[in-house]
Amino acid sequence: MSTFLGMPSLPVFGSGNLHAAESFPKAAHRELGNAQLRANLGHATHTIRDKRLQVVSELPDWEQLRDAGSAIKENVMARLPELLEQFEANFTARGGVIHWARDADEANAIVAGLIRDTGETEVVKVKSMATQEIGLNEYLEEQGIAAFETDLAELIVQLDHDKPSHILVPAIHKNRTQIRDIFLREMPDADPELTDSPAVLAMAARAHLRRKFLTAKVAVSGANFALADSGTLAVVESEGNGRMCLTLPETLITVMGVEKLLPGWRDLEVFMQLLPRSSTGERMNPYTSLWTGVTEGDGPRNVHLVLLDNGRSAALADEMGRSALHCIRCSACMNVCPVYERTGGHAYGSTYPGPIGAILSPLLTGIEAEENSSLPYASSLCGACYDACPVKINIPDILVHLRSKDVDSKRGTKKLPSQMDVGMKAASWALSSGKRLGLVEKGLPLGRLAAGPDKKISKLPGIAAGWTQSRDIPAPPPESFRSWWAREHGNPNDGVVPPQETATQGKEGQA
Amino acid sequence: MSAREDILGRIRSALSDAPAAPPVPREYRTTSELDEEALILLLVDRLVDYKAQVSVVPAAEVPARVAELLAEARSYVVPAGLDAGWLAAVDDGTSTGRAAGAGTERRRVDAAGAPLGVAELDGIDAVVTASAVAVAETGTIILDGSPNQGRRAISLVPDHHICIVAATDIAGILPEALRRIDGIRPLTMISGPSATSDIELERVEGVHGPRRLDVIISR
Ligand code: SF4
Repeated sequence: MSTFLGMPSLPVFGSGNLHAAESFPKAAHRELGNAQLRANLGHATHTIRDKRLQVVSELPDWEQLRDAGSAIKENVMARLPELLEQFEANFTARGGVIHWARDADEANAIVAGLIRDTGETEVVKVKSMATQEIGLNEYLEEQGIAAFETDLAELIVQLDHDKPSHILVPAIHKNRTQIRDIFLREMPDADPELTDSPAVLAMAARAHLRRKFLTAKVAVSGANFALADSGTLAVVESEGNGRMCLTLPETLITVMGVEKLLPGWRDLEVFMQLLPRSSTGERMNPYTSLWTGVTEGDGPRNVHLVLLDNGRSAALADEMGRSALHCIRCSACMNVCPVYERTGGHAYGSTYPGPIGAILSPLLTGIEAEENSSLPYASSLCGACYDACPVKINIPDILVHLRSKDVDSKRGTKKLPSQMDVGMKAASWALSSGKRLGLVEKGLPLGRLAAGPDKKISKLPGIAAGWTQSRDIPAPPPESFRSWWAREHGNPNDGVVPPQETATQGKEGQA
Repeated sequence: MSAREDILGRIRSALSDAPAAPPVPREYRTTSELDEEALILLLVDRLVDYKAQVSVVPAAEVPARVAELLAEARSYVVPAGLDAGWLAAVDDGTSTGRAAGAGTERRRVDAAGAPLGVAELDGIDAVVTASAVAVAETGTIILDGSPNQGRRAISLVPDHHICIVAATDIAGILPEALRRIDGIRPLTMISGPSATSDIELERVEGVHGPRRLDVIISR
């Protein structure tokens, strides 16, 4: 085991498509106005939720698999340097070439360089979160290299010049009619009679991409797993576009975050049971490909792997947050999230939306980056994500941890006390004595006045305005409970009844 | 400093609190108790659920079944190491019954020294392969590139895949199956024909991989 000698250095954060450019509440507010989006999302997330529950309940040892998955990932994080070196040695020994990339820019430059070396100006791509995170397609375009997404949903998003909104089903925010319209508009070879049946649309995509697959010389992929003890990589998919990209071209370039490692072959039996059931709600996904370096006479002759840090080491340095790196990108947490279901993925800004995105994005970029400090608040802490997570990442705990990090990071940076500070001070003054509270309660009739004849307050001032943005507050009662009690039960000496009296009476009944 | 040293240094630094590597509890199932009959039934059920076509036949009837399934294929490809007996009933015109290595007009043989080109493969209607191991519980067939399965491209490009699974190669659950194969080989795990759920999460069978999957379970 490798030990660290010397002073821990400052974390180096990631770059690329990991930022919320505007705060979550603002973005969510806009997205919520899109009724079509909400209908599409509600339909999709509920369908997949039911499927997941059904196939998960089929396995008698689901919880044992989760326990194993969680422990394996904890192991990987604790032994990461050693496992990376082991993986590198095995991958290299079998003819693969490893490249290390500190951040998005470095990874992009490496991939573009490798493509340029082949003399090609077109590549086919298998859906990959890592390449979206680093903004590879946009970078390649600037370099004069066209990258064709081949996963159906990615193709839809790419043709529509849109952004993915879900990590598994990136076009989940679009319905079939919208997709047909995109195909008709953007696919020169599309049949003008195209209907909106999913089967017909899938066939249009097949026809559109077939020639690309058969002639492509270079493919770019991500990887779901990497096995340290053999140097093996795995891609899990459904459509066969992955197999096409991984098998037919001469050169294969894979981009993968350093956290995707598993110690060995035996761990695959755990994750290949956890992942398909959690993600698409199937007993097994249609296709999984595994390759170990170069195999003579089968598949690409030039096999590259770009190992990406881009903030992962910084996330690892956060003791409370590092388990976010256990994520296998199944998307179960977003499918069960009441916030994601309503706002959709775009509101999170980053490549990683939903509950996992709300913790992973700020961990990778640092809590102070752009508007990412608003992401840990994009949750009601209901805990559904934790229950659904196949590797048992305690997302609610990490959300709370990041909220406190956010507060800490802002402490001392503000010159003037904020409205929140003033409010808290006022509350602590009022709540510290019954007399003071009684005084404040005298103001209740004022609130009734503000509410008007419909007995509703629909706009509060200052920071409290956020509360009334989407709900009304009923008018306060004419008097407080405490003053009503005093009036009904009489306590001539004091306007308020000290609660101690009732409390002591109650105690007599206890053993 | 190289990127490699830099990244490994950052990671070591991030772990300066020396977190423990906990023991991995492996209390999940690693064996199943099903007999051959039950395994076959379960595998058939799962494959049918994925919209694959399945037939269960005695070993002696495999050739007839293969011939039947190939009836509509104008051409088909086989890996050089495929059991020649399985093709004995296929009408190959001029050279019926010749060894798999020879090839005919209708039958193309993909051999290590003489692989077919991608365009050529694209013009072929079907492919016949054996398989390494299958998983009953998940309806998964694993190909490992052995000579009777061939390289990955031949079972991918033709639109119709006929795959023969020996009943003795069916494992109950995934851990049993994975323990029977060599992870270093180029592997393809197949669970039904290609499919997508990318449009409104409605499953549609048949995208880029073979749109038709026929499984023959031989016992
Ligand atoms: S956090 Fe858990 S549930 Fe969410 S995507 Fe990652 S592995 Fe899946």
